[in-house]
Amino acid sequence: MHNEIKHHLTDPILMAYAAGTLPEAFNLMVAAHVSLCDHCRARLDAFDVVGGEVLEQQAGNAVTMEAGSLAATMALISGGPADEIRMPERKACGVLPGPLQDYVGGDLDSVRWKPIGLGVKQAILPTSKDASARLLFIPAGAAMPDHGHHGTEMTMVLQGAFQDEEDYFARGDVEVADSDMHHTPIADVHEDCICLAVTDAPLRFNGVLPKIAQRIARI
Amino acid sequence: MTSDEKMRLLWVEHLNRIKNDQDEAAFAELFDHFAPRVKGFLMKSGADASLAEECAQEVMATCWHKAHMFDPSRASVATWIFTIARNKKIDVLRRQRRPEPEDLGWGPEEEPDQDDVIVLQQETELLGRAMAELPAAQRELIERAYFGELTHSEIAAETGLPLGTIKSRIRLALERLRHAMK
Repeated sequence: MHNEIKHHLTDPILMAYAAGTLPEAFNLMVAAHVSLCDHCRARLDAFDVVGGEVLEQQAGNAVTMEAGSLAATMALISGGPADEIRMPERKACGVLPGPLQDYVGGDLDSVRWKPIGLGVKQAILPTSKDASARLLFIPAGAAMPDHGHHGTEMTMVLQGAFQDEEDYFARGDVEVADSDMHHTPIADVHEDCICLAVTDAPLRFNGVLPKIAQRIARI
Repeated sequence: MTSDEKMRLLWVEHLNRIKNDQDEAAFAELFDHFAPRVKGFLMKSGADASLAEECAQEVMATCWHKAHMFDPSRASVATWIFTIARNKKIDVLRRQRRPEPEDLGWGPEEEPDQDDVIVLQQETELLGRAMAELPAAQRELIERAYFGELTHSEIAAETGLPLGTIKSRIRLALERLRHAMK
């Protein structure tokens, strides 16, 4: 399974995840993909190394610690480790990789789907507002409405597969679409398709009526 | 072995002393080197001096408490401290959750192979040296990416860094682990 992924995360996305500068929804995409993809896990670790070297080479910046800083830190240490947020116990990777299960509260059977028309369903995940993340359910053989993008949209297949003008995407594959791209993904006929989609801008659908639907459905 | 490589292995040794003997002298040296760097990183990422001071102290305290989690066959001390500082930045400055990939379940229970440790530390040193030798404009671009001054769409796809070796080494370790888990 791990060797079959053909469409990977880009270097700028991995670098920004390592740097800690991505919106939460994109962090979720990276964490979910890397859970399925050793290739990107290794690339990501390499970008952590670059971060370590950026830190190491800070020497000439003349930042100094306040007087008594070490003593204050020793006092912190003797107070014991800071309370850490305990994540709920994860089940093994199911249809949803672990990081997604943390947001859904379980695997696929815990997703609270909302229909958005033509058999397509979505579930918006609670992330910070600078970008949005949602799960999409597209019935086998069905098409998503044709849509363009304002910002960057990334879509990863979790179950089934889809085909669009660009290529064929199966579990773990990520499609990155930017503002120039209009596409019509069609789910493979063999199985209902479930995807994680993240975007840093609202999608725009072609036509007036969908715009109203868009406002209601938040897609 | 160059003096910089020796320095990296020395930091590994310091973390071992902290882990095994709660060695405060080793911690003081680690603190002198890394705390100002962490503080500088946080200030460049948008924290004011007093918040950065407070967070840098907390990051260094975490190094003490989590010394047993450090695996020198997987990361240099600089890489490890960077990830702790980065997570602190997201938590405190950006007030967001940080989704992390599934853990592969390799713990530090087993003593890491000493050859693996040396090779990993050497290759990190090679990457560090390559970064130091980049043209100033290019190095500055990488720094700005890590300080959050560039959006992901502004980050250039080509860093000009020899990431290949370190990627292959990490990949090798992952494959070995996957094999062991079967």
